[in-house]
Amino acid sequence: MSKERITGAEALMRSLEHQGVKTMFGYPGGSIMPVFDALYDHRDRLQHILVRHEQGATHAAQGYARASGKVGVCLVTSGPGATNTVTGIADAMIDSTPIVVIAGQVGTAFLGSDAFQEVDLVGITQPISKWSYQIRRAEDVPWAVARAFYIASSGRPGPVVLDFAKNAQVETLDYEPVSLDFIRSYVSVPDTDKMSVIRAAELINKAQRPLVLVGQGVELGNAQEELQAFIEKAQMPAGCTLLGLSALPTDHALNMGMLGMHGNLAPNVKTNECDLLIAVGMRFDDRVTGTLATYARQAKVIHFDIDAAEINKNVHADVAVMGDCKATLRAVTELLIPATHKEWIESFAPYREEENRKVIEPEIHPTAGPLNMGEVVRAVSEAAHHEAVLVTDVGQNQMMSARYFKYSRNRSIITSGGLGTMGFGLPAAVGATFAVPDRTVCVFMGDGGLQMNLQELGTIMEQKAPVKMILLNNNFLGNVRQWQAMFFNRKYSFTPMTNPDYLKIAEAYEIPARRVTDRAELKEAIEEMLTTDGPFFLEACVIEEGNVLPMTPPGGSVDVMLLEC
Amino acid sequence: MDKILYTLIVYSENIAGLLNQITAVFTRRQINIESLNVSASSIKGVHKYTITAWCDEESIKKIVRQIEKKIDVLQAHYFTDDEIFSHEIALYKLSTPVLEKDPRVSALIRKYNARVVEVNPTYSAMEKDGTTEDIIALHDELQQLGCVLQFVRSGRIALTKSCVERVNEFLADREARYLQSKGE
Repeated sequence: MSKERITGAEALMRSLEHQGVKTMFGYPGGSIMPVFDALYDHRDRLQHILVRHEQGATHAAQGYARASGKVGVCLVTSGPGATNTVTGIADAMIDSTPIVVIAGQVGTAFLGSDAFQEVDLVGITQPISKWSYQIRRAEDVPWAVARAFYIASSGRPGPVVLDFAKNAQVETLDYEPVSLDFIRSYVSVPDTDKMSVIRAAELINKAQRPLVLVGQGVELGNAQEELQAFIEKAQMPAGCTLLGLSALPTDHALNMGMLGMHGNLAPNVKTNECDLLIAVGMRFDDRVTGTLATYARQAKVIHFDIDAAEINKNVHADVAVMGDCKATLRAVTELLIPATHKEWIESFAPYREEENRKVIEPEIHPTAGPLNMGEVVRAVSEAAHHEAVLVTDVGQNQMMSARYFKYSRNRSIITSGGLGTMGFGLPAAVGATFAVPDRTVCVFMGDGGLQMNLQELGTIMEQKAPVKMILLNNNFLGNVRQWQAMFFNRKYSFTPMTNPDYLKIAEAYEIPARRVTDRAELKEAIEEMLTTDGPFFLEACVIEEGNVLPMTPPGGSVDVMLLEC
Repeated sequence: MDKILYTLIVYSENIAGLLNQITAVFTRRQINIESLNVSASSIKGVHKYTITAWCDEESIKKIVRQIEKKIDVLQAHYFTDDEIFSHEIALYKLSTPVLEKDPRVSALIRKYNARVVEVNPTYSAMEKDGTTEDIIALHDELQQLGCVLQFVRSGRIALTKSCVERVNEFLADREARYLQSKGE
């Protein structure tokens, strides 16, 4: 094949196309102009979504990646454009989301001279990215892009940063496409020790009270079916982490609900009663475990993971099954002896019944008073036949929507778990609509988080992105207010918020909107939102001092949950 | 848990910026690096880091895994002192007038097998290699005689006592897998 002499910027376009990129999110600026110039001629093949702030570009890329399983791509300029992506990169790192951030950089002759819009992006992002690399020569572009996509998407996925010096954008190279699926120093999927598979199966076959913890790793590994076969064969009850919620349908008979601080009572209590804890693709985050001193001390632990650094990091594993969980779950399932664990499964019922009676029913079916957050969430979920993609912001809106949304399809929850980034929801939802145009995308936000990336309404307007926005407005930074109420003597230090008229904001952006305060109107308002083509903004004025329950107080034991406060 | 001095040996590709990434793993866990030596290894294109740090075994295990997770790191292992041959070098700058006046100084230099590198009327430079303990002991004794003008210790370098070269095995295995994947 004859090589063609092209610029580094043009090589970037062709390399992205070679990687199968169709959509990216970005914002032009001085140091990335040659790339945007090349992009103009590739508009028919590479769809570029102009966001309104670079942080929005990263979250949109994350939303795109989480909904589709493909790599999300951002294109930004140097300096402030690059530093604005930092929050999204850190968020993608801790939540294992595959994104590639391509940032302009000043020319290599200016590097280190404090040039205009120069920032040491590689230095800044090294600790918060899976890989961070500065492209200084045009001939490195095809290799660097191939490597970036391989690293971002393989093994435990994560963010990759390409810092693209301006001279390398304009200089020329002999272009040849590069495909890459091997890096000598990087073992993306560790070998599975056959003995670990046998020992895991032995422990499960002996267990009287096994409990499976389902993490996002199941979705990242496309192992949802394998997981179901695994838990069904030995009839093992399961709980899901926040990011793993849609890896197992909510209504599956063995799904006992969400784990963690605001999770469901039964799986949390049973964590400290089981005799075998089987973690699949989850990392024992402190929001799941509560204090480690009392976490599942009675149980043996099997940990399935693709990342060796997760084993024994927080919780000691008696058996670590390393590898791709699609393969390892299958291998262990083959060795399982069918079991029923009838009594053990039945023992969850009283806790589910208690939570249902004391927390869930009053939250979703109240008879008087202002709207509840959970009530709005469940009504939306039902109206969308529990098939929508849920995107959340961070805070009470996040916990309420995670708890009361129902999941029947995979890759249906997009939320900022590890970093807890307020402002994540709106741009992430934009990204999701481009990833899965055939699905309904609903984003729940609070009045705090919405205003952290409110400017992305401009992107929604311009793109007519069909985001169904639900604002749970309580005129408070609700989660902090709840903690102030519970642990700081109700001193509401800087948590009440004076809000703008959101309907006027929506109107300015030409987005159809509606405000609902009355319970009688709720269903109809949701119906209007879902049947309106394109974006819709629904403001639900909810109870101001609503609390997310149940709750494991911070630093408390996983099995001690407050059902009221 | 008891803290002991661990020696980490890390092999990496020769890529700019990796030192930062490796030291950041220690910083995040609030563990001080005691000494650090970076140089080319016996394998072409492969760099070797020898790092010592006081810490407990739980922490050092986690640190090693987090270092090994870096894309350009080939392997990382930790060792206790009985698993390695280790060496340091030290330089001592001594006052020549004191050296000439006090015979105990020369006696110490002979006792510790230090080597003279330079003598002039103002100062004399000595060089000593050996274990940390030996090097520090000589320094402390010289210090008591009031003749030390400057003192510097290098980082530790170390060889493993094991009969297996794990990094070579790793590279051979990776090479074989690469060829196998291309062959398919």
